[in-house]
Amino acid sequence: MSNVFIALQDTDEARPIIEAILADNPQSQLTHSPAMVKIDVPNRLVIRRERIEEITGLPFDLQRIHVNLISLSGHIEEDDDQFVLSWKR
Amino acid sequence: MDTRVEKKKLSLRERYHLMTRGLGWEPTYQPTEKVFPFTAYEGIKIHDWDKWEDPFRLTMDAYWKYQGEKEKKLYAVIDAFAQNNGFLSLTDARYLNAIKIFIQGVTPLEYYAHRGFAFAGRHFRGEGLRVACQMQSLDELRHTQTELHSISVYNKFFNGFHNPLHWFDRVWYLSVPKSFFEDANSSGPFEFLTAISFSFEYVLTNLLFVPFMSGAAYNGDLSTVTFGFSAQSDESRHMTLGIECIKFMLEQDPDNVPIVQRWIDKWFWRGYRVLTLVGMMMDYMLPKRVMSWREAWEIYGEQNGGALFQDLGRYGIREPAGFRDACDGKDHISHQAWLTFYTYDPVAAFHTWVPSDAELDWLSAKYPESFDRYYRPRLLYLREQQAAGTPVANKNLPLLCNVCQIPMFFTEPGDPRRICYRESVYEGERYHFCSDHCKSIFDHEPEKYVQSWLPVHQIYQGNCFKPGTDPTAPGFDPIKAVLDYYEINNGRDNLWYDNSEDRRNFEAWTAEARGN
Repeated sequence: MSNVFIALQDTDEARPIIEAILADNPQSQLTHSPAMVKIDVPNRLVIRRERIEEITGLPFDLQRIHVNLISLSGHIEEDDDQFVLSWKR
Repeated sequence: MDTRVEKKKLSLRERYHLMTRGLGWEPTYQPTEKVFPFTAYEGIKIHDWDKWEDPFRLTMDAYWKYQGEKEKKLYAVIDAFAQNNGFLSLTDARYLNAIKIFIQGVTPLEYYAHRGFAFAGRHFRGEGLRVACQMQSLDELRHTQTELHSISVYNKFFNGFHNPLHWFDRVWYLSVPKSFFEDANSSGPFEFLTAISFSFEYVLTNLLFVPFMSGAAYNGDLSTVTFGFSAQSDESRHMTLGIECIKFMLEQDPDNVPIVQRWIDKWFWRGYRVLTLVGMMMDYMLPKRVMSWREAWEIYGEQNGGALFQDLGRYGIREPAGFRDACDGKDHISHQAWLTFYTYDPVAAFHTWVPSDAELDWLSAKYPESFDRYYRPRLLYLREQQAAGTPVANKNLPLLCNVCQIPMFFTEPGDPRRICYRESVYEGERYHFCSDHCKSIFDHEPEKYVQSWLPVHQIYQGNCFKPGTDPTAPGFDPIKAVLDYYEINNGRDNLWYDNSEDRRNFEAWTAEARGN
């Protein structure tokens, strides 16, 4: 099984997204590099809008991820409620 | 009071379809093949253009919104950095030589990419694909501009920043990235997307931007890290365009598979060769290092690339032909490139140096299999000669590979003591290559690569002197004449860091900034 990953800027704005990923993907491996965070997950990574909203208490549009996104791997599937990276769709 | 009825919002999916479908039309004044002359000749068969879908489902309205936000953030940082002399908190002015390579060799590629995607967006049929290409074309123009803006602050204080666009079209080592992108831009639209969106952006760009920008952050370059990550957030979209385009071609017709495989073989290798410069930057040019080229290659090349090609196996795509040789090169290419640049520093618009003892030890630890055995002794020899006042400068011009245009310094896979030479004869002329893979690219399209503008050939043919230069005049110095043509300030932009004006200034200014 291969990993997928997402890299985000290490900023205040990205923090709830990072927390949400860690909460919803128990197999996450987090790596800190200067100014950035990389999260690897075996096979499939999900970001759920509701989880981010639960953390911040504010409505969140998943497309806002673009502002803090650095890089990713795998196939992407995005709708209003979740953003998924995976190998083999 | 009436109950407020919330207007139902369109879902992302619905919005995407409304804003990217049904926008085109069939031409009636002219036959379709005359309006879209480039969609068929590459041999790619497309049966349903609407099958192409952007998985981000980004529409123009959202695009402007998020791009605007990114720009505002970025320019606030650029302004603050310039206003507060941010360059004084850099780890060391040696670091700036990596940024010189960036503005000289990478920024002009962003502009080429802007043109390339404008062309692709014009010539594809499906509107979804056209919209994605249009957004990327705008992104690339933004990258050109933001890079020029954020790096311009260094031009006020340091050498080697003042003439990047002039250099890009002339200076020998810049023909490497230039010829790479011109090769892509002179391809058809499908090959262009395979070259740039897939092979470069999806497979290789992490190796450029992620360590580079983390390196900038590590070395106190707030301006570069901010534009870098701002650009990189666009890059994720570009990578997605790359993989979607590959899947689209492969799913549309099985006849497309061998064509795409050949492009992947070619463009993986072309991109990998260009990244030699990045390897050298990571291992030698960052005073505070993030990771070695070898480590970055293992993460982003081997693990990530490996996962990708395993996944694409279901379409009948295998890993690129040069993949094993690229993995073999991870212990060597950065060192071989740095040694070459060091000896050619008299004709380069940036500075090189011999690493400090602590840095040599770092390299030994990161390259246990190769560094002490092959490269440390050579660096120590360079240091010794420099200390004796006789720095090693190569006065002969090197043989260049006819495809990647890099001097022939790469070694045989499996034998780092032997330079790798390959050649082909085409119409009675002999052409030279650095590897099996560059040779194979040439052999498939010799008509294209016999036209290569090779800087060394051009110098020997007398095409790199300013008008009015007389090479037969007594005491004629060809190197000075070439530097004059390049508009490189001899003694300021070129030569080794130790005796450079950049070093003297940076040391004086930082001393002043830290005392009274």
